[in-house]
Amino acid sequence: MAVCVAVIAKENYPLYIRSIPTENELKFHYMVHTSLDVVDEKISAMGKALVDQRELYLGLLYPTEDYKVYGYVTNSKVKFVMVVDSSNTALRDNEIRSMFRKLHNSYTDVMCNPFYNPGDHIQSRAFDSMVTSMMIQVC
Amino acid sequence: MELCGATRLGYFGRSQFYIALKLVAVAQSGFPLRVESINTVKDLPLPRFVASKNEQESRHAASYSSDSENQGSYSGVIPPPPGRGQVKKGSVSHDTVQPRTSADQQEPASPVVSPQQSPPTSPHTWRKHSRHPSGGNSERPLTGPGPFWSPFGEAQSGSSAGDAVWSGHSPPPPQETWVSFADTPPTSTLLTMHPASVQDQTTVRTVASATTANEIRRQSSSYDDPWKITDEQRQYYVNQFKTIQPDLNGFIPGSAAKEFFTKSKLPILELSHIWELSDFDKDGALTLDEFCAAFHLVVARKNGYDLPEKLPESLMPKLIDLEDSADVGDQPGEVGYSGSPAEAPPSKSPSMPSLNQTWPELNQSSEQWETFSERSSSSQTLTQFDSNIAPADPDTAIVHPVPIRMTPSKIHMQEMELKRTGSDHTNPTSPLLVKPSDLSEESKINSSVKFASGNTVADGYSSSDSFTSDPEQIGNNVTHQRSHSGTSPDNTAPPPPPPRPQPSHSRSSSLDMNRTFAVTTGQQQAGVVAHPPAVPPRPQPSQAPGPVVHRPVDADGLITHTSTSPQQIPEQPNFADFSQFEVFAASNVNEEQDDEAEKHPEVLPVEKASDPASSLRVAKTDSKIEEKTAASVPANVSKGTTPLAPPPKPVRRRLKSEDELRPEVDEHTQKTGVLAAVLASQPSIPRSVGKDKKAIQASIRRNKETNTVLARLNSELQQQLKDVLEERISLEVQLEQLRPFSHL
Repeated sequence: MAVCVAVIAKENYPLYIRSIPTENELKFHYMVHTSLDVVDEKISAMGKALVDQRELYLGLLYPTEDYKVYGYVTNSKVKFVMVVDSSNTALRDNEIRSMFRKLHNSYTDVMCNPFYNPGDHIQSRAFDSMVTSMMIQVC
Repeated sequence: MELCGATRLGYFGRSQFYIALKLVAVAQSGFPLRVESINTVKDLPLPRFVASKNEQESRHAASYSSDSENQGSYSGVIPPPPGRGQVKKGSVSHDTVQPRTSADQQEPASPVVSPQQSPPTSPHTWRKHSRHPSGGNSERPLTGPGPFWSPFGEAQSGSSAGDAVWSGHSPPPPQETWVSFADTPPTSTLLTMHPASVQDQTTVRTVASATTANEIRRQSSSYDDPWKITDEQRQYYVNQFKTIQPDLNGFIPGSAAKEFFTKSKLPILELSHIWELSDFDKDGALTLDEFCAAFHLVVARKNGYDLPEKLPESLMPKLIDLEDSADVGDQPGEVGYSGSPAEAPPSKSPSMPSLNQTWPELNQSSEQWETFSERSSSSQTLTQFDSNIAPADPDTAIVHPVPIRMTPSKIHMQEMELKRTGSDHTNPTSPLLVKPSDLSEESKINSSVKFASGNTVADGYSSSDSFTSDPEQIGNNVTHQRSHSGTSPDNTAPPPPPPRPQPSHSRSSSLDMNRTFAVTTGQQQAGVVAHPPAVPPRPQPSQAPGPVVHRPVDADGLITHTSTSPQQIPEQPNFADFSQFEVFAASNVNEEQDDEAEKHPEVLPVEKASDPASSLRVAKTDSKIEEKTAASVPANVSKGTTPLAPPPKPVRRRLKSEDELRPEVDEHTQKTGVLAAVLASQPSIPRSVGKDKKAIQASIRRNKETNTVLARLNSELQQQLKDVLEERISLEVQLEQLRPFSHL
């Protein structure tokens, strides 16, 4: 189950970040921040022609002893970072991919909302509920 | 409880006025209707309210004026509430309620609760007292909070009596506003809105007299869910929609909707949430239903109602795509409102069921129904198209045999004619004899064709592929067709010619199909190319075939056929005649032959028709040629016999070939019925030698024409084949390109 989900804008500032164990939020925030470097590295490694062929799902960015960090980047360079608990061994890659897909879809729905200014913090309740469902039930 | 109720009522009274004032302000800001709708909306969340409100509405048209007075008083009320600092639901109404609470002090719960409580209770009371719309309430001499308080206080003491008063009070205002769409304070509605989304409501309700609650529930259950849009509201929304988007079936783009709803002066966050709720299909645009739902939510919000977490069922855009509804599983927006069991049921249903439920609700609104029908029809049409395509293929598959049959027979007829010219016609059997080689080929082809037809139908077109090797020979094709026809006699047997699946079929089936079809009917191929999706069978061809059973109906070929069908029709009768002749002839020759002949004659005519059709597509000259052939036939026949005479000759040939083929093709026997008739007719007609000569000449002419036509068809088909191949390649390329994304 995801313990932390973050949506990072193109300019690398967070549009949405939420953690489950609320006490250690800062730690997760820091992890997400550091993972951005890995994301950028993976993106740049693709090269120029890649935007089409590049996979949106970046996979495991880096594992720590407790957690694993997965990344996903959209074609508009909006990044989704998900931190999962390493103790959740059952989490397969496909599940992570599906979670990112759901995130992407919800993010798209948020974008469709004309009242949402791109670059604002995401305050959509639908998005929140979707993230909550991901964070709770994935385990 | 009474006190609470009274208190709440008292609050309502206050809040009502407050709301009324708010509504006035809103109205001034340009949303008068909303206010009203807000009122109604407020009633809606609480079922009870709705009920009461409805009743009230009917009764309090007049109280409008009184409301206006109240409005004035509301302004006075408004300032005090803020001062109260009580918990505010977030709208002015809250404020009004709060002051109330403090004034009444009856609130068992915190002030926050009280406002919320009051609305629910007020509905209760309203319900109870719906029958007692006290006139006094309607007046609402709102000079200021004070007066309200006093009457409310009295109401409180009076408990039920007070409730009665209250009920009378609250209902009228909301209803008035509702009915008149004026700025009348949404009193009751507003009040109801407040508590709606708060759990306190539930508690309050429970606190409220069980009886009242039950009563209310009962009443509410009988009413539609609170979020239902009333007719007046709906009409208003539709008008507003028109101002933005004249086409009621069109969309309002997100930017326009944003501007429009920004005018309501709701916070962007709330507007954003409203958008999320109402944009059902998440397309960034609002359809009429979505717009009405959004408008309704805005109105509700402005009246103090909290936005639901999920879209209420009644606001779901039921029309359009049912599949979208699936996403709305969360609809029962009344989460907050579903304090009463009655409310719960409607909201709980999953998207689809909710849609069903909403249907009845929609009944209330004719507009809704209309839109519904429009939308549903549109969606249905969309789906139908898809479904059409699907069945088309199977149909085509099934039909293939038929059309194929037709063409082969036609070609076969032509061949027969050719052969006839080559041989003495005196001997009806001679042409047949002459054809052994052809027959053998035909038989091969027929088998292959049948095969192909069979394949096309079920197996796919592998067999047709095998035939592709044969295409050079028209005769082969003919035999193919005949075999097909033999196989498909069942299909063609029924009077109305089965639609020609081929066009679409051939495409799908692949080149093989095309090949086969090319041979059999140019039309089909044309149809195929022209109509990627299965198109309903050509009416004309089907019509034309009336007389000619074999007339293949091509869904795709509709276009081509239509053009050709008229032409073919005239020909068809000839063909029909031919078949008859053939049948006769065949009967003389051989029973079996008859079968074949029947088939062939039928097929031939059909083929001819189809060929012309196909050729028509390419060039109408072909059809003309066919016509000529047909005409020539009759001309030949003009010897004195019916036009069938010449046809019989070709039929005879066909019969011959058919006879030969027959043994190989068992299926032909099926067609025998038709062919038999043709065969029967055949022998009898072309008996005269003199006629034969003329017939031979005519047949020669026809054959030549047919040759040219067929040659043209052949080239066309080849071209189509190439095109189809190219399409296939391009599709494969696209598939390859898309493959990497498949896993994403």
